[in-house]
Formats: sequence, C-alpha cells, structure tokens
Amino acid sequence: MGTNPYLLTVITFLPLLSVAALLMLRSDDHVWIRRIALAASLAEFAVSLLLLRGFSSTNPEYQFTEYRAWIGDAIHYHLGVDGISLFLVLLTTFLTPIAILCSWESIRENVKGFFVSLLVIETAMIGVFVSLDLFLFFVFWELTLIPMYFMIGMWGHERRIYAAVKFILYTMFGSILMLVAILWLYGKAGTFDLPDILSLMQSGQLSFPPRTELLMFGAFFLAFAIKVPLFPLHTWLPDAHTEAPTAGSVILAGVMLKLGTYGILRFCLPLFPEAAHRMAQPIAVLAIIGIVYGALVATVQTDLKRLVAYTSVSHLGFVVLGIFAFNTTAIQGAIYQMLNHGISTGALFLGVGMLYDRRHTHEIKQYGGLATPMPILMSFFLFIALSSLALPPLNGFIGEFLILIGTFQSHHAWASWAASGAVLSAIYLLWAYQRVALGEVTVEKNKTLPDASIRERVILVTMAVAIIFMGIASPLFTRRMEASVNNIIEQTSAPRNASRPAAVPLARPIAGHVVTLPAHPVLATLAEKQVRP
Amino acid sequence: MNPFVGDQLANLHRLAPEVVLSVFGMLVMIADPFVGAARKRVLGWVAFAGAVLALASVHIANHFPGPAYSDLIRVDSFSMFAHVIILVAVALAILGSLDYLDQQHIQRGEYYALVLFAAAGMGILAGANELVTAFVGLEMSSIASYVLVGFRRRSPASNEASLKYFLLGSFATAFFLYGVAMIYGATGTTRIDTVQAALEKIITADQREPALAVLSLALIFVGLGFKVVVAPFQVYAPDVYEGAPTPVTALLASAPKAATFALMIRIFYVAFSPLTGLWFWLICVVAVLTMLVGNLAALVQTNVKRMLAYSSIAHAGYILVAFAASTSLGVAAVLFYLAAYIFMKVGAFLIVTHLGQQDEKRVAIQDYSGLGSKQPVVAACFSLFLLSLLGLPATGGFLGKFFAFQSALIVQRRSLTLLVVIAAINSVIGAYYYLRVIITMYFQAPSRDYTPSRVAPAVGIALAIAAAGTLYLGILPSRVLDLAQAAADSLFSH
Repeated sequence: MGTNPYLLTVITFLPLLSVAALLMLRSDDHVWIRRIALAASLAEFAVSLLLLRGFSSTNPEYQFTEYRAWIGDAIHYHLGVDGISLFLVLLTTFLTPIAILCSWESIRENVKGFFVSLLVIETAMIGVFVSLDLFLFFVFWELTLIPMYFMIGMWGHERRIYAAVKFILYTMFGSILMLVAILWLYGKAGTFDLPDILSLMQSGQLSFPPRTELLMFGAFFLAFAIKVPLFPLHTWLPDAHTEAPTAGSVILAGVMLKLGTYGILRFCLPLFPEAAHRMAQPIAVLAIIGIVYGALVATVQTDLKRLVAYTSVSHLGFVVLGIFAFNTTAIQGAIYQMLNHGISTGALFLGVGMLYDRRHTHEIKQYGGLATPMPILMSFFLFIALSSLALPPLNGFIGEFLILIGTFQSHHAWASWAASGAVLSAIYLLWAYQRVALGEVTVEKNKTLPDASIRERVILVTMAVAIIFMGIASPLFTRRMEASVNNIIEQTSAPRNASRPAAVPLARPIAGHVVTLPAHPVLATLAEKQVRP
Repeated sequence: MNPFVGDQLANLHRLAPEVVLSVFGMLVMIADPFVGAARKRVLGWVAFAGAVLALASVHIANHFPGPAYSDLIRVDSFSMFAHVIILVAVALAILGSLDYLDQQHIQRGEYYALVLFAAAGMGILAGANELVTAFVGLEMSSIASYVLVGFRRRSPASNEASLKYFLLGSFATAFFLYGVAMIYGATGTTRIDTVQAALEKIITADQREPALAVLSLALIFVGLGFKVVVAPFQVYAPDVYEGAPTPVTALLASAPKAATFALMIRIFYVAFSPLTGLWFWLICVVAVLTMLVGNLAALVQTNVKRMLAYSSIAHAGYILVAFAASTSLGVAAVLFYLAAYIFMKVGAFLIVTHLGQQDEKRVAIQDYSGLGSKQPVVAACFSLFLLSLLGLPATGGFLGKFFAFQSALIVQRRSLTLLVVIAAINSVIGAYYYLRVIITMYFQAPSRDYTPSRVAPAVGIALAIAAAGTLYLGILPSRVLDLAQAAADSLFSH
C-alpha cells in the first residue's frame, strides 16, 4: 500500500503549521481563530487516521520510519510508530479537537494565544510519541511544558500562578536528571538512537554494571514518575488539574500523563531491564498505594474538579502496576487503560467544565439535584462516570480487567490489593454523582440552568461513542498492540544474567487467548471472580 | 617584493579586524568635533559600520593563518571563532546604544570610539599567544570599559559602578601581571606555546610541579576569573552591571567574557597543560561555587539588571563545566556555548534597554507586568531569550548546555559526572527566576502608569538578529558546531 513516506512528519508538524496560519490572523478575529483551529485539528485527526490504514499489526518493528541526519553524527531525526505509540498518537489527535470545541465559548481573553498554545502542545506531544532518537524525544518532551505552563498560568482559575509554577518546576526537575542520564548513555553507546542502542545491548556490546544501571534507571524513572504521577510525586497534579482551564485539564489528564507511562514502557524497561526487574516490587507498592490513596482522597474532596484530578492518581497507578507485571496481558491492559483514562477522565473534566461554565464554581455543595434542570447533561455525566469506574462492557472495564488478570498471573498479592481500587472508584464516583445530580435542587440558581447546548451535545456524544466503541471493539486495539508489547517484553525479560525469568515466558502463550476474552461476558465475570481475593 | 615587506603585509592582514576597529575608532574621534550635537547619532552608525566591516575582515585574516609579529599573535580557527562572537556582540550593543543615548541625553562620539577600542582589545585577547600581549589586550578592553560604565555621568549609580569596576579591575589585572612575571621566572619565557614546552621539561626533570608555576597559575586565574566573573570574584559584577548604562551592560556581560574565556582556554589548555591535574580541581570547585552563587542570588532579585547579572554569573559556571572536561570536545562546547550565550544575553539586555526609559527608571521586574498585552512582540522576544537562558529545547541556550554537559560526561570521570549533576540541578533552580519574569509579563495585570515607548528601528533590528541567532543555534546548530570543533582542534594542532 502506498503510504506517504513523510506521514509522521506531516502528522507531527501539521498543528505547528496551523499555528503559523493562526498567527497571521488579527487577534480580535475570534470567530475565525476558533474556526481555523478546529478545522486544523480535525484535519490533523483525519490525517492521523491514515496511520491505521498502513499499519501492519503483525510487525513488531517501528513503522512509517523516517531517518535523517540532524546534528553532527550522533543526533538524528528519527521517527516511527509501533503498536504502543500508534494509539497514543490517535488519542492525542482525537482529544485536541474536543479540547478546542470545549473552549469555544469559555475562553474569551487572548483567544489566539490559547489556541496557539493548544496546537503547539499537540505537536510536542505527538513528537514525544513518535521520536526514536533520545535527543529528539527530549526536545519534544520539554517543549510540552511551556505552552502548558502558559495555559494554566494565563487562562486558569484563582490559584493559577501557583499551580503553573509548581507544575513546571516539578517536571523540569525530573527531566533535567533524565537529560544527564541520556547524555551519560550517549557517552557509553556513542549514539542517541534508541533502536541502535537496543541492538547494541542485545548483541552484548553495551552493558552496564548493576549499580550504574540502577542510577540510570532511577534518573529516567524519576522524570516519568513525576509526569505520571506516581505516589508520592503526585502533589503537583491536583493543583495543576484543578487550576487549568477545561481544555488544559483534558489535555493534561488525557494525554500528558501518558507521556510518563509511555516513557517508562518505551525507555525504562528495554534500556534498563535488570534494574526494572529489581525495582518492580517497590514501584508496584507505590503504584498500589497510589491506587488506594488516590481513591480515598478523591472520596473526601469537596471540590468536584479536584475529585476528578485525584481519580487520575488512582487510575494511573493501575497503569504503572500493569507495566511492572511484565507480561503481555498486563502491559496490553496498561496501554489500553492509558487510552481509556484519556477518554473517560477527559470526558469527566469536560462535564465538570460544562458545569463550571454555568455556575463558575467547582464546589460540590453548590450543586445538587442537577438531573432535574439538566437531564441530558447529567445522564451523560453518569455514563462517563460509569465508564471511569470500569463498568462492563464500557472501556474502563477492559483496561482494568486486563491489568488485573495479567498482574494476577505473576503476583497474586498485587492484583488483590489493586482490585480494592476498583471498588473504591465506584464509591467516589457514584457518591459524587449522587451529590451533584440526584435529590432536590438545593440551590435556587440551579433551577434555571440550561441543559446541554448543541455544541456540548456534540462533544458528549462523541465521547460516549468512543467509550462504547472502545468497550466492545477492544480486540481491534489489542491486536495491533500485541506484537510490539511482546517485543518490549522480550527486550526486558532477556537480562544477561537472568535472575527471575520464570514468570515471564509462562505468561506469553496465555496472552493470545486472553486478548479475546473481554468480548466474552461470562468468561469475563468468571475471571473477575478469580481475581478478587 | 621585499620578503620583509611581504611579511609585514601578511602580519597586517592577520590583524585586519583590530586594524579596522582602531581605524574606525579614531575616525569617530576625529569626526566628533565636526558633528553637531543634534547629529551625533551619525557617529554611532559609523561605529556600527566599523564593527560590521571588522566582522567582514575576519574573513581576510582567516586567509593568513599562522603566527604574526614574532608569534605574539596567533591567527587560527580558534581566534577567528572568538572574533566573530565578540564582533557580533559589539555590533548588537552599538545598535542598542543609538536610541538609548538619545533618550538619556548622553549621545557623544567618544562613547562609540571607546566601544570600538574595547573591541580591538578583546580581539587581541582572543588571538594573543604571548602573555604580555594578552595583558595589553586586557588593559585596552578594561580601561575603555571603566569609562563606558561611568558614562551616565549624572547618575550616582553609574559613577559608583565605574569607580568600583576601576579599582577592583586594576587590582585584578595586576594579579594577572604578577602571574605573568612568575611564569617568566619559572620558565624564562612568556610565549604560551614555549611555556608549555618549558614546563614539561621542568616537570620531567624534577618530577614535580615548580612552585612558581603553580603560584602563577593561581594568580592568572584570579585575574581572568575576575573578567569572566566567576565566584569568588563575582562580588563587583551585580553593582557594575546595574549601574552601567544598559547597552554597556549588554556589552560587558557578553563580549569580554567570550574574549577572556578564549584567552583562558589558550593559557590553561596550552601553557598550563602540564598542570592540568591541578587546575582541573580548581575549575571544578569554582564552577560549583559560581553556579550556586549566581543562581541562588538571582532568586531574590527584584531588579531585572541585577537578576540578569547574577544569571550571567551562573552561566559562567555552566561554561566552566565544559571547560573542566579538558578535552577538545570541551573547548568546542565552550565556544558553542559562548556563541549561543551572546545572542540570548545581549538580546535580554537590549530588551531592558528598550524598556528602561529616561534615567533607567523602569528596571524592576514589577515594571514588566502586563507587557505581554502591551507589547506582545517585545514580550515574546524577551520570553525567548529567558527560555534560552533557562535552557529550554529549540533554543541556543539548551544546546549550549547540552553540549557542555555532553563534553563533560563523555570523559566518564566520576567527579565530572557529579559536576554535571550539580549543574543540571542548578539549571532547575535557575528556571524559577527566569519564569518569574515571564509570569510578571503574561500572568499579571498591566500596570496602568507605564506605557513603554515604541521599539526604535535600530533596536528592532538588533532584537531580530539576536532572536534569529538564538533560534538558529537551537534548531540547526550543525554548522556552528562544526566550526567550533574545527576551532578547538586548531588549538591543539600547533
């Protein structure tokens, strides 16, 4: 099939190109700025769908690769996608038009700057997912920060400056140590090219003493763990998410957090396999603490947006846990959960944003009985909450289930503890829904609130369709991931003096069957019972 | 042709940039009395033409590589690279001065002449292969700078800065001269390459470093450390940078630093290369100290000029990280860093120049509140320079740091790795104060009592060049990097 050899470059830089177009518009021409931004992001989504057409699901290697010299001999412009990054790119291009649509009316000041930031972030995030050169990766990684910083700082809520500074200093601290590690790695390997480094490692030409490997792993992992965020590095998240404008929260929760889990999967595991295995236990413990702690803290929030923010801590804990279970099922589940979380939590933030547009508050106390004035909005809200709390057959269920069953195969205890998070999520989300939507309308102002407008309905329906689609058509996704996931596992599970390889090869033959499992409701519920302690 | 005449002509060609600068400097001084007070600006353009022509004449000098005047001066890729950096900074500073001097009512011809003479001195510093010649260059650039710092005659701050700079600066050059005397005592020569040979001979004969040479190393480091502003010789810098007219600060913070680093590289990497084991530790300790002092002090500044002054101290520390690598890669990294540094630093100070207003009233960070909505382009440029100083990718500042760290890490020496980690953590500390300015410009409500004047065309051109340079070095650094590497290699090929 004839695919454009520059497809990835086009996808990466198309948003930046539309930024150039936006900059040429007059800054008070709000109508056209919005229209062009939306059109550009929709075009971007359409172009990115071309990836699906040419993507071969049996090929574990990178596809659509582009390779050109850039700086000196060591740094290359090297792009490519595999089954892991493919859907994350699509998630990014899917959520950006939604984010633009949801800020259609709520952003009134400096409209141009807002959409420019949003599109620059899109380029940077896609760049992170498609870079195969460590230098290029780092450049995009850092480029995500500044536009997001502006987004929180300029269009956020009351404590926006505090949140913006906290966000950027936290992330920069992590990434600068990663830069040192990248440079150190270059000193050893003589290249920044990820596939080259991995093949050097596989052929045994490159190896690290255990202590150094652990330090390097630590430097990479810290950067990613802050981004995820893993407990106890999560404290920037509630502030940043709560203070950001709706579109900012959608992008932050929807995609930016995945940069961290993606980084762990793409870099930490294959580059430092032994350290990853050695650290799996403590990291899993932190992930489980995150799952439970995030859920508990979410339960007691009085601020609706903060509540949703804390659910991210809990849900991303699942993802990290799945990654460090080191088997195909769990990692597939982790990737799937990244996508689900992007859709579900993104949608939750959209719902919260719609409420905020009407009442300009996030206080749960200010709401109550909203189902009466706004039946449509609140039904969608319930539906999204159900997806987020992993109700079968919606999308959230597939991800969590795959993670739990995969983890259970190698670590019963981890899975049992983590499963409690699934229960807690039902508590905090349904309780929040109850307080916001059910009962009598307690605040006089709320009686006359308008229901979802056409624009809002378009957003909500799109998200709902995505939720259902991902819930029932999961094999379409997992099938494309499998080869790449197995590839990662192979790279990770082949430590030179393998200390504990037993669990991993066992998991592989099972994996193939498990992928089709979720489509079968009886088996699914059976398996779920097994998982419960 | 008479071989002697031919030789002299070649020597003259090798000094072409300095000759052009001096000629234009004198031209400005001679023309000064004949130009009416209202039209002194013309002299500024003459000086700018001189700087640009000097930049072009680097090309001429480049055709005559080799030693000049009995090997007092060396023309090699290294000195040419340094010349280009210095002259670009000088040209940008002159562009920034034109309207500033009008605004402060101190538009005078000798200002431009002094800038050109200082530039000629810096050129000599960059090319010197002999320590007394280097001293002459040092004095030429310093004395001109002392006067320039005090050019706002009616301002007490400017006077104080000038006096402080003069007293401490003379002290520092005296240290340098003492060092030169000592090394002459130890080796019987002051030529950089022969000092190296002599030191090697003595060390192999005695099996230890001669005490005089060690003392000389220390004294020379004091003298040069003062000029490049490293801790613990940094105390004067914030006061001087604050008091000096802002375009002069732009010049001081960039060009002399580049020139002195070039000389320092020549002295330490060539003359003192037998003592590398000693100065390596000196540089490491000073680098850590410089970064910490610069960054921590910058955190609490409320005056933009002082903040940028401390930031330039911190940057000297990052440069020393590459310096400590003691490899040709390290030299290339220093040169690349300097190239990126002058664009962002001069650019940042030119913005301060533009916003300062009469008597430099508007130099507090708070004065910049709401600049993002008042003058979006100026604010965007300033953000670019600040983000480059911070070290964000796609800017020259990032690649400068990147190559500096890379050159140090590639040595695979534990102390250097630790140094890089400290530098990395420092650059996050630095992020805070750069971002604070951005917060003020964009996130805070505009102050009503202050409307910045329009950007003058000359300043606009200078800003555009600085911004383009910062982005160019950040996105397509290959060419400059190759040149820097060639320059570094030329240093070791003699």
